[in-house]
Amino acid sequence: MTQRVRGGFPQFREFRDEVDRLFSNLAAHPTVAGATRFVTGREFPSLNLWEDNDNVYAECELPGVRSEDLDISVVGSEMTIKGRRAETAEPQATYHRRERGVGLFSRTLKLPTEIAVDQVQASLREGVLLVTMPKAESAKPRKVQVRVSA
Amino acid sequence: MPADTALERQNETEQTRSGEFYRPDVDILELADELIVRADVPGARNEGIDINFEDGALTIYAKIAERPRCGPLLLREYGVGDYRRTFRVSEQIDASRISAQYGDGVLTLHLPKAEKARPRKIQVQG
Repeated sequence: MTQRVRGGFPQFREFRDEVDRLFSNLAAHPTVAGATRFVTGREFPSLNLWEDNDNVYAECELPGVRSEDLDISVVGSEMTIKGRRAETAEPQATYHRRERGVGLFSRTLKLPTEIAVDQVQASLREGVLLVTMPKAESAKPRKVQVRVSA
Repeated sequence: MPADTALERQNETEQTRSGEFYRPDVDILELADELIVRADVPGARNEGIDINFEDGALTIYAKIAERPRCGPLLLREYGVGDYRRTFRVSEQIDASRISAQYGDGVLTLHLPKAEKARPRKIQVQG
Protein backbone atom coordinates (compact mmCIF):
# COMPACT_ATOMS: atom_id res chain seq x y z
CA MET A 1 0.00 0.00 0.00
CA THR A 2 1.43 3.34 -0.93
CA GLN A 3 -0.02 6.20 0.93
CA ARG A 4 1.46 9.43 -0.22
CA VAL A 5 2.34 11.59 2.70
CA ARG A 6 2.56 15.31 2.66
CA GLY A 7 4.55 17.71 4.75
CA GLY A 8 3.41 18.36 8.29
CA PHE A 9 4.39 20.12 11.44
CA PRO A 10 6.96 18.33 13.60
CA GLN A 11 4.71 17.43 16.49
CA PHE A 12 2.41 15.38 14.30
CA ARG A 13 4.91 13.24 12.49
CA GLU A 14 5.08 9.53 12.47
CA PHE A 15 8.31 7.65 12.79
CA ARG A 16 7.96 5.59 9.62
CA ASP A 17 7.29 8.68 7.67
CA GLU A 18 10.44 10.34 8.96
CA VAL A 19 12.58 7.38 8.07
CA ASP A 20 11.16 7.19 4.58
CA ARG A 21 11.81 10.81 4.01
CA LEU A 22 15.28 10.76 5.40
CA PHE A 23 16.31 7.95 3.13
CA SER A 24 14.69 9.44 0.08
CA ASN A 25 16.52 12.69 0.73
CA LEU A 26 19.84 10.97 1.11
CA ALA A 27 19.37 8.94 -2.01
CA ALA A 28 18.02 11.58 -4.31
CA HIS A 29 19.75 14.76 -3.26
CA PRO A 30 23.12 14.07 -1.73
CA THR A 31 24.52 17.35 -2.99
CA VAL A 32 22.01 19.85 -1.65
CA ALA A 33 23.33 20.81 1.74
CA GLY A 34 20.63 21.28 4.34
CA ALA A 35 18.25 18.81 2.81
CA THR A 36 19.47 15.96 4.91
CA ARG A 37 19.76 17.83 8.16
CA PHE A 38 17.72 15.80 10.54
CA VAL A 39 17.24 17.20 13.98
CA THR A 40 13.71 16.72 15.25
CA GLY A 41 12.26 14.57 12.53
CA ARG A 42 11.26 15.87 9.17
CA GLU A 43 11.77 19.54 8.81
CA PHE A 44 8.98 21.96 8.26
CA PRO A 45 8.18 23.31 5.82
CA SER A 46 8.93 20.74 3.15
CA LEU A 47 10.54 22.39 0.14
CA ASN A 48 10.71 21.94 -3.56
CA LEU A 49 13.64 23.66 -5.20
CA TRP A 50 14.45 24.23 -8.84
CA GLU A 51 16.42 26.62 -11.03
CA ASP A 52 16.73 28.08 -14.46
CA ASN A 53 19.56 30.18 -15.91
CA ASP A 54 18.65 33.27 -13.94
CA ASN A 55 16.91 32.20 -10.75
CA VAL A 56 16.64 29.63 -8.02
CA TYR A 57 13.06 28.96 -6.96
CA ALA A 58 11.93 27.58 -3.61
CA GLU A 59 8.32 26.58 -3.08
CA CYS A 60 6.61 25.36 0.05
CA GLU A 61 3.09 24.87 1.35
CA LEU A 62 2.05 27.01 4.28
CA PRO A 63 -1.74 26.77 4.54
CA GLY A 64 -3.21 29.10 7.13
CA VAL A 65 -0.01 31.10 7.51
CA ARG A 66 -0.46 34.81 6.97
CA SER A 67 2.18 36.78 5.10
CA GLU A 68 2.69 39.04 8.11
CA ASP A 69 3.62 35.98 10.17
CA LEU A 70 6.31 34.98 7.69
CA ASP A 71 9.95 36.05 7.66
CA ILE A 72 12.13 35.10 4.71
CA SER A 73 15.79 36.00 4.51
CA VAL A 74 18.63 35.14 2.16
CA VAL A 75 22.26 35.60 3.09
CA GLY A 76 24.84 34.69 0.48
CA SER A 77 23.64 31.29 -0.65
CA GLU A 78 21.58 30.43 2.41
CA MET A 79 17.84 30.92 2.67
CA THR A 80 15.87 30.93 5.90
CA ILE A 81 12.09 30.70 6.17
CA LYS A 82 10.66 31.45 9.59
CA GLY A 83 7.12 31.87 10.66
CA ARG A 84 4.23 30.76 12.75
CA ARG A 85 0.82 29.34 12.22
CA ALA A 86 -1.63 30.86 14.63
CA GLU A 87 -3.92 28.63 16.62
CA THR A 88 -7.61 29.18 16.19
CA ALA A 89 -8.90 29.34 19.73
CA GLU A 90 -11.96 27.16 20.27
CA PRO A 91 -12.16 26.81 24.03
CA GLN A 92 -15.53 25.09 23.97
CA ALA A 93 -14.58 22.50 21.39
CA THR A 94 -13.83 18.82 21.71
CA TYR A 95 -11.17 17.79 19.22
CA HIS A 96 -11.85 14.54 17.38
CA ARG A 97 -8.82 14.93 15.14
CA ARG A 98 -5.94 17.33 15.34
CA GLU A 99 -3.53 16.78 12.50
CA ARG A 100 -2.84 20.38 11.58
CA GLY A 101 0.10 21.68 13.56
CA VAL A 102 0.35 25.15 15.00
CA GLY A 103 3.16 27.26 16.33
CA LEU A 104 6.61 28.34 15.24
CA PHE A 105 8.71 26.90 12.47
CA SER A 106 12.09 27.73 10.99
CA ARG A 107 14.12 26.20 8.24
CA THR A 108 17.43 27.08 6.66
CA LEU A 109 18.56 25.70 3.35
CA LYS A 110 21.90 25.98 1.58
CA LEU A 111 21.32 26.90 -2.05
CA PRO A 112 23.44 25.67 -4.94
CA THR A 113 24.56 29.16 -5.96
CA GLU A 114 25.16 32.64 -4.61
CA ILE A 115 22.05 34.81 -4.73
CA ALA A 116 21.62 38.48 -5.55
CA VAL A 117 20.05 38.91 -2.15
CA ASP A 118 18.62 42.39 -2.68
CA GLN A 119 16.45 41.13 -5.56
CA VAL A 120 14.74 38.21 -3.86
CA GLN A 121 10.97 38.16 -4.22
CA ALA A 122 8.31 36.06 -2.57
CA SER A 123 4.61 35.48 -3.10
CA LEU A 124 2.11 33.67 -0.90
CA ARG A 125 -1.03 32.52 -2.72
CA GLU A 126 -3.64 30.04 -1.51
CA GLY A 127 -1.19 28.82 1.11
CA VAL A 128 1.66 28.24 -1.35
CA LEU A 129 4.84 30.26 -0.90
CA LEU A 130 7.13 30.82 -3.88
CA VAL A 131 10.48 32.48 -3.31
CA THR A 132 12.25 33.67 -6.45
CA MET A 133 15.96 34.22 -5.92
CA PRO A 134 17.96 35.76 -8.77
CA LYS A 135 21.40 34.25 -9.08
CA ALA A 136 24.36 36.50 -8.45
CA GLU A 137 26.02 37.57 -11.70
CA SER A 138 29.10 35.55 -10.85
CA ALA A 139 27.00 32.40 -10.53
CA LYS A 140 25.21 32.60 -13.88
CA PRO A 141 26.26 30.28 -16.63
CA ARG A 142 28.27 32.06 -19.28
CA LYS A 143 28.50 31.16 -22.89
CA VAL A 144 32.00 31.56 -24.18
CA GLN A 145 32.77 31.38 -27.84
CA VAL A 146 35.86 29.31 -28.40
CA ARG A 147 37.60 29.55 -31.71
CA VAL A 148 38.94 26.38 -33.03
CA SER A 149 41.98 26.86 -35.17
CA ALA A 150 42.39 24.65 -38.13
CA MET B 1 -16.68 11.65 25.00
CA PRO B 2 -15.31 8.86 22.86
CA ALA B 3 -13.00 10.15 20.16
CA ASP B 4 -14.81 8.56 17.27
CA THR B 5 -18.42 9.47 17.93
CA ALA B 6 -18.80 12.32 15.58
CA LEU B 7 -16.73 11.76 12.51
CA GLU B 8 -14.89 8.67 11.58
CA ARG B 9 -12.65 8.21 8.64
CA GLN B 10 -14.24 5.87 6.20
CA ASN B 11 -12.21 2.72 5.79
CA GLU B 12 -9.26 4.44 4.14
CA THR B 13 -10.97 4.30 0.76
CA GLU B 14 -8.72 6.96 -0.62
CA GLN B 15 -5.61 4.93 0.09
CA THR B 16 -6.52 2.00 -2.10
CA ARG B 17 -6.29 4.17 -5.17
CA SER B 18 -2.52 3.80 -5.11
CA GLY B 19 -1.73 7.40 -4.52
CA GLU B 20 -3.92 9.20 -6.97
CA PHE B 21 -4.94 11.66 -4.31
CA TYR B 22 -3.28 13.31 -1.39
CA ARG B 23 -4.93 13.10 1.98
CA PRO B 24 -5.28 16.55 3.49
CA ASP B 25 -4.42 17.08 7.15
CA VAL B 26 -7.56 17.93 9.09
CA ASP B 27 -8.77 19.18 12.43
CA ILE B 28 -12.21 18.00 13.47
CA LEU B 29 -13.87 19.85 16.31
CA GLU B 30 -17.17 19.38 17.98
CA LEU B 31 -19.14 22.19 19.54
CA ALA B 32 -22.54 22.01 21.20
CA ASP B 33 -24.43 22.70 18.00
CA GLU B 34 -22.05 21.88 15.16
CA LEU B 35 -19.02 20.01 13.92
CA ILE B 36 -16.18 21.94 12.31
CA VAL B 37 -13.79 20.37 9.82
CA ARG B 38 -10.67 22.29 8.85
CA ALA B 39 -8.56 20.85 6.05
CA ASP B 40 -5.22 21.97 4.62
CA VAL B 41 -5.55 22.08 0.84
CA PRO B 42 -2.81 24.50 -0.21
CA GLY B 43 -2.92 25.57 -3.82
CA ALA B 44 -6.65 24.94 -4.19
CA ARG B 45 -9.02 27.51 -5.57
CA ASN B 46 -12.66 28.05 -4.69
CA GLU B 47 -13.89 26.68 -7.99
CA GLY B 48 -11.82 23.52 -7.68
CA ILE B 49 -13.27 22.48 -4.33
CA ASP B 50 -16.04 19.93 -4.21
CA ILE B 51 -17.79 18.91 -1.00
CA ASN B 52 -20.24 16.07 -0.97
CA PHE B 53 -22.37 14.78 1.87
CA GLU B 54 -24.31 11.66 1.12
CA ASP B 55 -25.55 8.75 3.22
CA GLY B 56 -23.64 9.96 6.23
CA ALA B 57 -20.34 10.22 4.34
CA LEU B 58 -18.60 13.53 3.91
CA THR B 59 -16.13 13.78 1.03
CA ILE B 60 -13.76 16.66 0.50
CA TYR B 61 -12.16 17.00 -2.90
CA ALA B 62 -9.87 19.76 -4.08
CA LYS B 63 -8.41 19.99 -7.53
CA ILE B 64 -4.91 21.39 -7.64
CA ALA B 65 -3.75 23.04 -10.83
CA GLU B 66 -0.25 22.35 -12.04
CA ARG B 67 2.10 25.03 -10.94
CA PRO B 68 4.53 26.51 -13.43
CA ARG B 69 8.02 25.22 -12.97
CA CYS B 70 10.97 25.57 -15.22
CA GLY B 71 14.04 23.45 -15.02
CA PRO B 72 14.75 20.25 -13.13
CA LEU B 73 14.03 19.90 -9.45
CA LEU B 74 17.09 20.21 -7.26
CA LEU B 75 15.13 19.12 -4.23
CA ARG B 76 11.77 17.44 -4.04
CA GLU B 77 10.28 17.00 -0.61
CA TYR B 78 6.60 16.97 -1.50
CA GLY B 79 4.40 16.18 -4.43
CA VAL B 80 1.60 18.27 -5.87
CA GLY B 81 -1.76 16.79 -6.75
CA ASP B 82 -5.47 16.70 -5.98
CA TYR B 83 -6.73 16.16 -2.46
CA ARG B 84 -9.44 13.79 -1.41
CA ARG B 85 -10.62 12.46 1.91
CA THR B 86 -13.83 10.86 3.08
CA PHE B 87 -15.26 10.77 6.59
CA ARG B 88 -18.08 8.78 8.05
CA VAL B 89 -20.32 11.08 10.04
CA SER B 90 -22.26 9.30 12.75
CA GLU B 91 -23.66 12.46 14.28
CA GLN B 92 -27.04 13.61 12.97
CA ILE B 93 -26.27 16.49 10.62
CA ASP B 94 -28.59 19.03 9.10
CA ALA B 95 -27.22 18.55 5.60
CA SER B 96 -29.12 21.47 4.13
CA ARG B 97 -27.25 23.88 6.39
CA ILE B 98 -23.69 22.68 5.79
CA SER B 99 -21.52 25.64 4.88
CA ALA B 100 -17.93 26.07 3.76
CA GLN B 101 -15.34 28.80 3.55
CA TYR B 102 -11.97 28.74 1.86
CA GLY B 103 -8.95 30.98 2.19
CA ASP B 104 -5.15 30.83 2.42
CA GLY B 105 -5.13 27.14 1.57
CA VAL B 106 -7.45 26.14 4.40
CA LEU B 107 -10.96 24.80 3.88
CA THR B 108 -13.37 25.19 6.80
CA LEU B 109 -16.64 23.29 6.92
CA HIS B 110 -19.45 23.87 9.36
CA LEU B 111 -21.80 20.94 9.86
CA PRO B 112 -24.74 21.96 12.03
CA LYS B 113 -26.14 19.19 14.17
CA ALA B 114 -29.69 18.22 13.52
CA GLU B 115 -32.07 19.60 16.10
CA LYS B 116 -32.61 16.27 17.80
CA ALA B 117 -28.87 15.64 18.21
CA ARG B 118 -28.23 18.81 20.16
CA PRO B 119 -27.76 18.64 23.91
CA ARG B 120 -30.81 19.78 25.79
CA LYS B 121 -31.05 21.03 29.28
CA ILE B 122 -34.03 19.49 30.99
CA GLN B 123 -35.69 21.57 33.58
CA VAL B 124 -36.76 19.57 36.62
CA GLN B 125 -40.26 20.52 37.63
CA GLY B 126 -40.64 21.21 41.33
